[in-house]
Amino acid sequence: MTMRAPSSDLPLMLEEVSILAGEHHILREISLVLAAGAPTILVGPNGSGKSTLIRAAMGLIAPTRGRVTFGGREGVPPARRAIVFQRPVMLRRSAAGNLHYALGVAGVPRRARKARTDELLALVGLSGRGDRPARKMSGGEQQRLALARALAKDPDILFLDEPTASLDPAATKAMEEIISGIAARGIKVVMATHDLGEARRLAGEIVLMHRGRIVEIAGAKTFFTQPKTEDARRFIAGELLV
Amino acid sequence: MPTDASALDLVLRADPALMAIVQLSLVVSLSAVAVAALIGIPLGALIALSRFRGRNGAIVLLNALMGLPPVVVGLLVYLALSRSGPLGSWGILFTPQAMIVAQTILVLPIIAALARQTIEDLWAEYRDELAALNVGPLERILTLIVDARFSLVTALLAGFGRAAAEVGAVIIVGGNIDGFTRTMTTAIALETSKGDLPLAIGLGIILISLVIVVNALAWGARRASERYAA
Repeated sequence: MTMRAPSSDLPLMLEEVSILAGEHHILREISLVLAAGAPTILVGPNGSGKSTLIRAAMGLIAPTRGRVTFGGREGVPPARRAIVFQRPVMLRRSAAGNLHYALGVAGVPRRARKARTDELLALVGLSGRGDRPARKMSGGEQQRLALARALAKDPDILFLDEPTASLDPAATKAMEEIISGIAARGIKVVMATHDLGEARRLAGEIVLMHRGRIVEIAGAKTFFTQPKTEDARRFIAGELLV
Repeated sequence: MPTDASALDLVLRADPALMAIVQLSLVVSLSAVAVAALIGIPLGALIALSRFRGRNGAIVLLNALMGLPPVVVGLLVYLALSRSGPLGSWGILFTPQAMIVAQTILVLPIIAALARQTIEDLWAEYRDELAALNVGPLERILTLIVDARFSLVTALLAGFGRAAAEVGAVIIVGGNIDGFTRTMTTAIALETSKGDLPLAIGLGIILISLVIVVNALAWGARRASERYAA
């Protein structure tokens, strides 16, 4: 395990966060608290702002208005936050080389990296494939490797931006099992998806987004059985939110 | 060096004088490429990742300098290194070192400009991942250079091609002194003007062969490495 900094990035709070591209609102007055606990799943149609919210919460995009705080602090570098992008970019190295690199950046001593690399590869079901060139692995394998790489920094919070969007059912199942395992280890998982089935399987809390706003936040069970808003009811019923 | 021998004879007999010229040419050109790479690759990376006022102008200038006329560079280096010049105290005019300086100046913009483009393209791909991994500025540059290594070989080859084929600068700052600063290109120019075509052709064959061999080796190394790390 890596050395943990004394303070945590949790709770991660977005306060009245708006992000504009020119005159166009991508996020509009988002307030959200991400605290330790069960996974938070962001759902909503394409273009609803899920990915932008994740990037803002990760600290990769600065809000146009409002603020993001990490454990009560602003402008904290992402040493304790990790993300897996929808289409992760593998470094031009072997699978193990990608993990070695991330462990090095995270400050893991050189002598401990080999054991930790093996541990991470095992965690995502890639044991014995460390020598393979990362960019020549299948899409599902690259997603799992990206997940392992994100975990190299031993994060408090892990953002997943539609990690199963381009995977087949078997690869999706494997990925979801790994994500559940990660959440069970106490890492806060925040995941964007537009697959309601996946949201049902993984969520502790659901955040429905539409047109850059949060429409509804509720526990998963409540969200699916007693949605409060018309948008949520329509979304759950499979109607198109446009 | 016998002047009545055929081109093929000279090459096959590995004529010592001929080999000395070949050796000097390789030492000068490879040294220039090495020095230019040490400066040009980090410089290209720095420009690729930096945002500063006048950046576009700097890129245009760097690209334009790829077409520096060798004779002009030779002249400028000659003026700088001549006894009354600002670097006259170095005392290296008409030595291989002066030729390396001149060729480095010629090769540097090629390597820096190609490295800048290569690294900027890779940066566009890596930017989010490296930011998410919390990679610091210096480590970003190192990572991009390491990961762009296969493409950067092309920049080095372009630089080597320029250096190996160059005659205008080295003849001015080296003086084409027999046994001391005579390279393949300057020897070809001289022997052709003297009418010793066999020697000129022999040198030409070797020069072209060397360029092909160096490129083939680099290509082979790149393919072999890519198999494991692409």
